[in-house]
Amino acid sequence: MATITVTQLLSQIKTLIEREQTLRNVWLQGEVSNFVRAASGHCYFTLKDERAVLACVMWKQDAQRLGRLPQNGQQVLVHGYVSVYESQGKMQFYADALELAGVGRLYQEFEALKAKLATEGLFDAERKRPLPAWPQRIGVVTSPRAAALRDILRTLALRYPAVQVLLAPSAVQGVEAPGQIVAAIELLNAWNAGVEPIDVIIVARGGGSIEELWAFNDEQVARAIAASPVPVVSGVGHETDFTLADFAADLRAPTPTGAAAAAVPDRLDLASQVAALRGRLALAMSQQLASQRQQLGHSQRLLARLSPHTQIAGRRQQVDDLSLAMQRQMRHRLALHRVELDGQRARLANLDPQAVLQRGYAIVYQQPGARVVTSVQAVTAGVELRIVVADGEFSGVVTSPGP
Amino acid sequence: MEEMTFEQAYGQLERITRELEGGDLPLEAALTLFEQGAKLAELCDRLLHAAELRVRQIVPDGAGGFEATRFDDWEPS
Repeated sequence: MATITVTQLLSQIKTLIEREQTLRNVWLQGEVSNFVRAASGHCYFTLKDERAVLACVMWKQDAQRLGRLPQNGQQVLVHGYVSVYESQGKMQFYADALELAGVGRLYQEFEALKAKLATEGLFDAERKRPLPAWPQRIGVVTSPRAAALRDILRTLALRYPAVQVLLAPSAVQGVEAPGQIVAAIELLNAWNAGVEPIDVIIVARGGGSIEELWAFNDEQVARAIAASPVPVVSGVGHETDFTLADFAADLRAPTPTGAAAAAVPDRLDLASQVAALRGRLALAMSQQLASQRQQLGHSQRLLARLSPHTQIAGRRQQVDDLSLAMQRQMRHRLALHRVELDGQRARLANLDPQAVLQRGYAIVYQQPGARVVTSVQAVTAGVELRIVVADGEFSGVVTSPGP
Repeated sequence: MEEMTFEQAYGQLERITRELEGGDLPLEAALTLFEQGAKLAELCDRLLHAAELRVRQIVPDGAGGFEATRFDDWEPS
């Protein structure tokens, strides 16, 4: 009879079980007991119902995604597969996800809390504040190691690198997360009040299951967001489901990248706005210049009219006209004078004593003294006379004076 | 002018452009406005393109308060 070792047997069982597809992908419901979270981070517990128990393991990387740790006695749903732990000869359930039994219960809690906060007015549209158009400083609440932070920072660097970023690190899932998120929001507000103004706060987390996002449905987180003096943008990575943080935020973006894009303008848009203003400025300047040029042309024409050159030209013509008129006048008057002169000359000729003498008259001068004798009274006997006739003169003596 | 934020520079550029568009300014005043506007537009472009994202992490200073330290651990390598 062939014998096999314990190891071989367990290995065979393990292979059989793992080959069974119906045991590979199981949703299992049961009550939690003996829950232990080891120092390693792995979780060990037992699931039971009225008649059976099953050992369960949840490895650290899966346990880290739990919104909250299950309590003993709670009904839970776990997802995973069945296998064999050979060193203890034990069949175990390897859980990779865990929810409180009936997602319905989570949603009941969620809906009740949402209704309560809504009644308080925490989600009112009037409470939403506009985000500043051009923020100078942005606070970010997220995990420093997560992809969400890199998405946010890359988006900011691409769109609007002039903005300064203040990172307030926080866990974004697990039992510690809600308290840390609240503390980070409060820290950024304290910084805003006491150190440097912060224009907007982004509270973000990358995509995950609703369980992983559960910290953003925490009442205190929602209250801290609503109470934040600095406006808050939420970017919790879940396209379809709104968390309470989303409802409480001033603006809800579907992803961390979306939150970063909503918080700052795009520098390409701004650059084209600046370019448009630059164009308007240049156009306005050229219109100013055109209107100045037009005014200058107008002034030049006005100036030309008033210019001394124009005036001198005008006067020069006047002078020409006047001098022409004057010349005409002079010639006219000369002609008149000449006629007059001729007349005078004719009259003078008539008065010429020589002409008279020619006609037979004589001029008698009394000597001495050569006074012309015009009266018989002027001479006495013996007075010497000089008599001038047309062709000469001769002397004589008065022999018989007049009466 | 160098101390201006983008918002301030852009706002002033807008005002100056509108003033110049208002028209009927003395040539000297128009030229001054135009030069100011051109400088502001340059400053806007510089502010948009020269900046490098500055990231700080707020950490406890060990005395109950907090301080900001440079945080460079995000850029794609």
